[in-house]
Amino acid sequence: MLIIEDLRVELSNRIILQHIDLEIKPGETHMLFGPNGSGKTSLLMTIMGYPQYKVLSGKIMFKDEDITHMPINERSQLGIGMSYQRPPTIHGLKTRQMVNLCAKGEVDEEELASRVNFKDFLERDVNAGFSGGEIKRSELLQLMAQNPDLMLFDEPESGVDMENISLVGRTIAELLQRNGFYTEGKSKLQAKHEREKMGLIITHTGHILDYVTADKGQVLFDGMLSSVENPREILKCIGESGYEECVRCMTGSN
Amino acid sequence: MYDRKQLKKKAEKARDKKAAIGPDIDLDEFDDAPVPHSYLADEDMCALPESDQKRLIMAGMDVTQKDRGGTYFQKDTEVIHCHSQQEGIEVIPIKKALEKHNWVEEYYWKLVAVDADKYTAAAELGLHDGYVIRALPGSRSIYPVQACLYLDKDGLQQNVHNLIIAEEGSELHIITGCSSSLHMKRGIHVGISEFFIKKDAKLSFTMIHNWAEDMVVRPRSVARVEEGGLFLNNYICMKPVRSLQMYPTSHLVGKDAIARFYSIIVGSPGSEYDIGGRIFLKKPGNRAEIIARMISNGAKIINRGHLIGEVPDIKAHLECRGLLLNGGLIHAIPELEGHVDGVEMSHEAAVGKIAQEEINYLMSRGLSQDEATSTIVRGFLSVDIPGLPPQLKAEIDKAIEESDKDVM
Repeated sequence: MLIIEDLRVELSNRIILQHIDLEIKPGETHMLFGPNGSGKTSLLMTIMGYPQYKVLSGKIMFKDEDITHMPINERSQLGIGMSYQRPPTIHGLKTRQMVNLCAKGEVDEEELASRVNFKDFLERDVNAGFSGGEIKRSELLQLMAQNPDLMLFDEPESGVDMENISLVGRTIAELLQRNGFYTEGKSKLQAKHEREKMGLIITHTGHILDYVTADKGQVLFDGMLSSVENPREILKCIGESGYEECVRCMTGSN
Repeated sequence: MYDRKQLKKKAEKARDKKAAIGPDIDLDEFDDAPVPHSYLADEDMCALPESDQKRLIMAGMDVTQKDRGGTYFQKDTEVIHCHSQQEGIEVIPIKKALEKHNWVEEYYWKLVAVDADKYTAAAELGLHDGYVIRALPGSRSIYPVQACLYLDKDGLQQNVHNLIIAEEGSELHIITGCSSSLHMKRGIHVGISEFFIKKDAKLSFTMIHNWAEDMVVRPRSVARVEEGGLFLNNYICMKPVRSLQMYPTSHLVGKDAIARFYSIIVGSPGSEYDIGGRIFLKKPGNRAEIIARMISNGAKIINRGHLIGEVPDIKAHLECRGLLLNGGLIHAIPELEGHVDGVEMSHEAAVGKIAQEEINYLMSRGLSQDEATSTIVRGFLSVDIPGLPPQLKAEIDKAIEESDKDVM
């Protein structure tokens, strides 16, 4: 379980997040909405532990441990993983080697890569000259090898072509144990009970909802987070009346 | 026998001539008197002390000669092993070649000027030996030929002259290691190398240097690449050295000739490296590439690169990247000279530190800060060298792997 309490975060001497409360229970996936520059990526980077995002107050708990000031790699080892929107290029490090590093041991890179249609890229340097869609698939491949319990996705569908969007969508569903295969032969309720993987997904378009069901939607606006039960409803509301109006209506304030 | 009177006369005049660049060295501080060593048969090579074998392996020299097409092994001033085990590839000590083969005259001192500086002069006036490696027309080397110039006697000046000839249509791969024994502290290595890559021939030359902290090294090398020829020149130095200065030059004299220089330097504290590469592109269709990766752990590294495009329809690129990990100095001096319309030349130089963003990215995949750093450094040093046979690629990877332990 991930619990964030009253979090206040600063980046380059500017408050970028405040009064953030968030709870993701085992098995839950949340969608994170918000206009450009509202702090969505910052929230993910703060959870992952990037030191430039300075936590001024509040705390982050994961699996009953206080991780507020834990280094990135220890959070990773505890089971947090992230799919980045613009990851850096690592020259001289092959994607194949990266997959091995993520898996921390024996792994069938070929088989994993074939699942995201990425076999041809295994000998390429990590992210070197990858297109937007290729980066997404590379990130998913790394997450598959890493197999974390909490997965943070930064706009997993942006820049992905029509042909690959369903592949990306289905892979994320699989990672989050939300695919048909996982639920086969089980009742919906039973599957829900057994599901452990947690997800927090940034999306603008909501296309990802066609493939991955979500338990909750969150809207980040002006550095503040508001939550509602049905992510599709938020999407509709944002589409019709904009973020600000949508947040006001959700929180019932004027 | 080749009469070298004229050469000696010219050399004599240049005896005290300072080199154009690099710190000047007083050669009187060193002794170039011959050091006798007995010749080693194949089985004797394998019986060398383990510590020596280990030093040799790090310079790419495998005493078992497995997966090698031939061997030249010089200790101090003496040739202690020399043979070819491949049809069409000749490996001959240069002194013997000068005595017995008239054709050597066509190559000896034809590219490097004997009076270029005091080091070239010393190599002629006090020549100890060196190798002639020649691939006969159309022959293909399956395994690389290995050559090793080993220094054992403290205070020695080793004077070596090498000729490498890839005849028309041949393919030749050479791995050459220069190394000194563990107990050796001080010395100077002077090495002249002349490369002849004839029509449609392909030569890969990979040099691994493995010196001691108080060694001075002055290689002088020039290559001539004819029509359709390819010259791949790789240089790796990851061990300390007092002063190393070299500026190998290639002349692309036939159309579609190609030269590629790759160098990997890991500089230790107190070491001074002044290295570079210069390629003249003289015929249409010429291609040249100079790529350098440098890491300073407190060394002074000057990296020069100079590309000269003399005719249209040539392409040349220079890339020089340096990482300062632990102090020191990296000075990149890239030069491009386009003499006519229609040349395509570019350069890219960067000196800096490891990007924190890259470290964080790897840490988010579970690596510790140190693991992330060494992964990035290893990646930085591993350049893809097209056209290198897998054995040589493995040797280079091994050298990088070894250095990794020292860098961190």
